[in-house]
Amino acid sequence: MKNPLRSEAAAYRFLLGTIVYFAAIVLASVVGGRWWGVGVFALLTAAAAVWFFRRDPVAPPPQTAPRRRAVEGEKRILVVANETVGGRTLREMIRERSEGVREEVLVVCPALNSPLKHWVSDEDEARDAAQKRLDASVAQLRAAGINVRGEVGDGDPLQAVEDALRTFGADEIVISTHPEGRSHWLERGVVTNARDRFAVPITHVVVDLEKEREEVQHR
Amino acid sequence: MEAHAHAAHADHPPIANVSSRVDARVLGMLLFIASEIMLFGAFFTAYFFIRVSGSDEWPLPPFHLPVFVAGVNTAILVTSSFTMHWALQSIKRGNRAGLRAGLVLTLLMGLTFLLTQITEYARVGFAPHDGAFGTIFYCLTGLHGAHVFVGLTILLFVTIRAFRGHFSPAAHHGVEIGGIYWHFVDVMWIVVYSTIYIL
Repeated sequence: MKNPLRSEAAAYRFLLGTIVYFAAIVLASVVGGRWWGVGVFALLTAAAAVWFFRRDPVAPPPQTAPRRRAVEGEKRILVVANETVGGRTLREMIRERSEGVREEVLVVCPALNSPLKHWVSDEDEARDAAQKRLDASVAQLRAAGINVRGEVGDGDPLQAVEDALRTFGADEIVISTHPEGRSHWLERGVVTNARDRFAVPITHVVVDLEKEREEVQHR
Repeated sequence: MEAHAHAAHADHPPIANVSSRVDARVLGMLLFIASEIMLFGAFFTAYFFIRVSGSDEWPLPPFHLPVFVAGVNTAILVTSSFTMHWALQSIKRGNRAGLRAGLVLTLLMGLTFLLTQITEYARVGFAPHDGAFGTIFYCLTGLHGAHVFVGLTILLFVTIRAFRGHFSPAAHHGVEIGGIYWHFVDVMWIVVYSTIYIL
């Protein structure tokens, strides 16, 4: 939602709109009577609501590409994962990608938060939880000999990727999610939107944590 | 895999990061507007309750509202929004004289509105304790009057700063924020005037 009073010019336009809105209602009431006034009120309110919610969406930002000179034999992988950051499938995938090259892996764990807490910038708890998951995952990857570091990112995974690309010139982005049906990110089209927004090859990894847990228990 | 050490950053200085979190000023303005809507909404709820539960006649006999005088006052307040907008547009173009003239005119018109409202209170012929009608009339118009007073105080400081040489085409945040508040006060008055005096 766009705040109609975020600048003086917007507030001024809002004032002009209010004048027209109430002038029409008053005029209809005076000329046609009370029910005409109510009718114009309902009509204008509905029209205003439709206009407000069906305005053209904000144009998507241009594709973001990291600025970096390619170095032969070196590969930088940006991994974005939240709850699946500790998943075995993801670790194995990163290991595969790192075979035969000098790899540098940056794992970004978005600090997912509730909308209310996000709006009031209360994200300490979300960052702490993300940091704990990240620490465990990075420790496992380092134990496997991968050159990796981790960062807690913005709660919006796409923003987290964009933030990371500003300082980390990635050759590939790996987005890890839960399987279809359980993943909020897939429901929101994070992978598709990331492919539109970033000029970097993107790999989608599905991590089924429940299945992995069952496999561990059966061993 | 080869163990190696890399610099933390790529071969360029990091670009200033802009997070997706809501801008503090925008958030502040949103919360402020939300609180104001709730405040006025509470008073309007009481007003509409009285109108719906009362008789068809409004204002309730034997009261009369000075619709014409309040209409002239409305025109003055709306005009003051135009001069406020002119003041801001002037400083955006580097026209300091326009800024000062616009602010002084806005201040004077706001002051005229407030003085006219006080005069109206003295002559309207009923008091806040004369039934629910009198109470809600004074509450709604008084609440708005208090907002006008706050707006005038903000405008006064903005005007003083303008005459002391503050603000420029690049830095006029004080005028912008004051202008937003003033337009909001005007919008609320149009709602108050339309519902209490006319409809």
